[in-house]
Amino acid sequence: MYPSRFSYEAPDTVEEAIELLRRGQGEAKVLAGGQSLLPMMKLRFASPGTLIDINNIPGLDYHRADSDGTYRIGALCRHAQLEKSPDLAASQPTMAAAAHTVADPIVRNRGTLVGSICHADPQGDWASVMISLGASVVAKGPTGVRSVAVADFVSGPFQTVLASDELAVEAVVPAPVGVRAGGYLKLERRVGDFATAGVAVSVEFSGSSVARAGIGLTGVGSSTINAAEAAAALVGGSLSETDIAAAAELAAAASRPRSDHRGSESYKRHIVATFVSRILTSLQLSTQEVA
Amino acid sequence: MTIDEIKIGGLGASRRRVEDNRFIRGAGNYVDDIVLPGMLHMEIVRSPLAHARIKSIDVTAAWAIPGVRLVLTGEMMAARNLAWMPTLSYDTQAVLATDKVRFQGQEVAAVIADDPYIAKDACEAIIVDYEPLPAIVNPTQAMAAGAPVIRDDKENQPDNVIFDWDVGDKDGTDRAFAAADVVSELELHYPRSHPSPIETCGSIADFDRSTSKLTVYMTTQAPHIIRAAVALVAELPEHMIRIVSPDLGGGFGNKVPVYPGYVVSILASILLERPVKWIEDKTGNLISTGFGRDVYLKGQLALRKDGKILGVRMQTESDHGAFFSDAQPSKFKIGLMHSAFACYDVPTAHLTSRGFYTNKAPGGVAYRCSFRVTEAMFFQERMVQAAADDLGIDQAEIRRLNFVRDDDFPHRTPFGFLTDSGQYGKCLEMGLEAIGYEDFLKQKEEAKKNGRLLGIGISTMTEPLGAGNSREYDILGIKMFDSAELRVHMTGKAILRTGAKSQGQGHETTWAQIVAHELGIPAEDIVVEEGDTDTAPFGMGTYASRSTPVAGAAVSMVSRKIRAKARKIAAHLLEVSEEDVEWELGRFFVRSAPDLGVTIQECANAAYSNIPDGMEPGLENNAYYDPPNLTWPFACYIATVEIDPLTGVWDVLNMVAVDDCGVRINPMIVEGQIMGGLTEAYAMASMQFITFDSEGNCVGSNYMDYLLPTAWETPGFELHEVVTPCPHHPIGAKGIGECATVGGPAAFVNAVMDALQGAGVRNIDMPLLPDRVYEGLTEGRDVSGAPPIRTDA
Repeated sequence: MYPSRFSYEAPDTVEEAIELLRRGQGEAKVLAGGQSLLPMMKLRFASPGTLIDINNIPGLDYHRADSDGTYRIGALCRHAQLEKSPDLAASQPTMAAAAHTVADPIVRNRGTLVGSICHADPQGDWASVMISLGASVVAKGPTGVRSVAVADFVSGPFQTVLASDELAVEAVVPAPVGVRAGGYLKLERRVGDFATAGVAVSVEFSGSSVARAGIGLTGVGSSTINAAEAAAALVGGSLSETDIAAAAELAAAASRPRSDHRGSESYKRHIVATFVSRILTSLQLSTQEVA
Repeated sequence: MTIDEIKIGGLGASRRRVEDNRFIRGAGNYVDDIVLPGMLHMEIVRSPLAHARIKSIDVTAAWAIPGVRLVLTGEMMAARNLAWMPTLSYDTQAVLATDKVRFQGQEVAAVIADDPYIAKDACEAIIVDYEPLPAIVNPTQAMAAGAPVIRDDKENQPDNVIFDWDVGDKDGTDRAFAAADVVSELELHYPRSHPSPIETCGSIADFDRSTSKLTVYMTTQAPHIIRAAVALVAELPEHMIRIVSPDLGGGFGNKVPVYPGYVVSILASILLERPVKWIEDKTGNLISTGFGRDVYLKGQLALRKDGKILGVRMQTESDHGAFFSDAQPSKFKIGLMHSAFACYDVPTAHLTSRGFYTNKAPGGVAYRCSFRVTEAMFFQERMVQAAADDLGIDQAEIRRLNFVRDDDFPHRTPFGFLTDSGQYGKCLEMGLEAIGYEDFLKQKEEAKKNGRLLGIGISTMTEPLGAGNSREYDILGIKMFDSAELRVHMTGKAILRTGAKSQGQGHETTWAQIVAHELGIPAEDIVVEEGDTDTAPFGMGTYASRSTPVAGAAVSMVSRKIRAKARKIAAHLLEVSEEDVEWELGRFFVRSAPDLGVTIQECANAAYSNIPDGMEPGLENNAYYDPPNLTWPFACYIATVEIDPLTGVWDVLNMVAVDDCGVRINPMIVEGQIMGGLTEAYAMASMQFITFDSEGNCVGSNYMDYLLPTAWETPGFELHEVVTPCPHHPIGAKGIGECATVGGPAAFVNAVMDALQGAGVRNIDMPLLPDRVYEGLTEGRDVSGAPPIRTDA
């Protein structure tokens, strides 16, 4: 790998990292897992003046639930930690379904969830999962901390609202209002391939009725798509076939895919509808089992 | 005491690969591992456009970067008569572009600097002013009236046609079609793919002014051919050129041709009098080096109602890119495409082939394919399945009806090859039994009632491996024989060198096994060396599954020469006449007194210490082997699949392979070859292609777009064997390296098409990506051609 010349910093604290970002004046990039950034630097698509490696900062590699059920994922938590976590499997079904589909095992050993969201690749899995869960990103800057919903955080292809002197320190999944269920399905031509289409569905049940729902779409638009209308069609119902069909249709309508060598626009929309329907049908079946 | 041949690692031993000891420890020695004192680094500037006139190249800024030692452009190459070089198919190829660029990724300039970072920075500082020209990206565009002429550098090249070639019996075939009950037609495209070895191409040129000797460490499958080519291109004396091909990280045909990077690094080393290293990056390898396939077919079978094939017509249009640099025997313009239908008893056939220049990368190499046999067999097996469907005949039955019979060898194929041996029916029946053919057909019908789509596909073929014989096969006039040299030391240990060059096939293991079989010397006592032209005997290298058929035969023959001399020594030691000496593995003995004997090791010792009067001392020899014919392995591959009707995703349920490659030297290595080949076959059938947009931009320039299957997607394979020894090979072996890549794709495609029976779709061209399968299924029509680059913008 022969990237352009860059300088390298490895701060020990979040504050130091923020100061380095401020001094970088927009020419600095944060290195967490590096699984997207380094290939881009190799191809010289990205040529940051300074690389700020946050891996020396202690205490950022966590993922844990607060007592109220809020789930927090630190900036250095690797995909593999999530993939292998029994806690996550028990409490966060959508995340658990997605964790093992991210790229390939080698990438999952290094790459991070927060980094994936900050990279804002429309093909990234985590942004749609987080959108389906109504999650937010916590950003720290020289003037303080703010929390931004992932749906608002991602502002375009490879673009976020993160200021050049802000560091995303954690992602926060709010506590469920009821019993959380969900799934993630992705069509890829090969393990590690970018998604032809991916669908994240999260549903929170209050009894047999849907109290909250979220649907995020991967790889079918110029950025991650929040299929809010499709999700809204589910709220108040109990995942009837009519509701599922409506949500599938609305999600397909919300997607904005381009025809390319991964498939035509209509094919990708069809996959979105099929996957929304498949996930919801499986949830419907599992709730029936519980009942 | 009789030696157990398996114990000494002889023929049939699944001996562990000796080379793996260093490979799995990361201790292999690849070109990029070699560091020479004072070595400089070279990077290449490539064209971003597929077709453009070069108006100017400004290298001022590159020269200004500290650490830059040399900047080379086409103009500077031209001043030394090196702007163009000959290809392996009697065409010319630009080394660095002078007039035009003719494909995206073409070499335009090169920078040599103290380190690769500086070289890369300097490449970015070179400003090339291009005047874009319309790009041609397929044969249809290439042959259109008024199409721009890509090769305007050539005299007598008014259009984009490279060749118009035919073989077979046109009139006889016309008569067969006139008499046919049914004519089955099929149009197919075999998409462009890439051998994509994990190690890219590269070289270190080291010109020593004081000795005038040029040493080039190079990723090449054919070091001696390269030496000859360098002698011709660089006008250097051949004995002053040493090509060293160290460990290779795969080749698959990609490392046969001469590439511009090699030539430029050599010139740079001569000019700078320092070693110059060039290591291609992955994108450079994918977009500029020898690809595979990219052939369109119109195929027709003349059939009797019962399925008997009466005649074959094939028309191909092939896309060779900007320069005709296919690596193939000179006589045959479209490789051995006419080996199609060799396993079937077909009375007559005719093939017409037209090749075209396009604005795509050159070098239709044989990607794990004995010179376009992959296309031939894929076309054959798709045509046979389509014929079976058209006639409503069972796909196994149509093959049984048409196979060449076991007692009908040697058999003249409809295009004139002479196949040597085989038990085609036995292989097919073994495959059908292993997959549970009849049961599966019932399951399939049952599943259909529940809306599930199951399918089964068969692919059977024999292919010509082991070019050549020297009458018919040459590359640039050099005949396609091969060689081996064996030196048995005083203690009975030995060193063997051949003109072949392993790139992962395990020659260091298997060649020693052949010597063990012929001489009884344990395989572990034999070291094998290849790849250094100063020490290895002249040979044509390793590709087209030719090593075992040709170099492997030479290993046998040289061992027999050694044995013949050892017999004389044995007679001397045993004090009997040579006629009274008998041989058993590893030992000579007196016929009338079997207990009286000497081992091969004792003979070796005597060759240096107790030589019979008048005999030349020593125990070494060489052999050049000119094969009387190609070898003809047979394969039967059967796959079962299930398609998800809502997504078009298909899964392989089961895959059975029955291979008959004659006598197996190392069964484990043979099985590894088959599994690797089936994996590549699955890749081509399911996911792999390199395609181009209308401007000639390459889609497939990295592993995000050009997909290599992982262990996750790759189905399991069940392997079976039949052994029909090759009648003309010294140990009865046939080629195997490419069988599964060649025969495998059609099994998968036939299975998917079988599952789609009744949906109104007769063909989906590879790769059978889910969206293409879904389109075929839901729209009930064929999905043809390279996957399009659709853009809404």
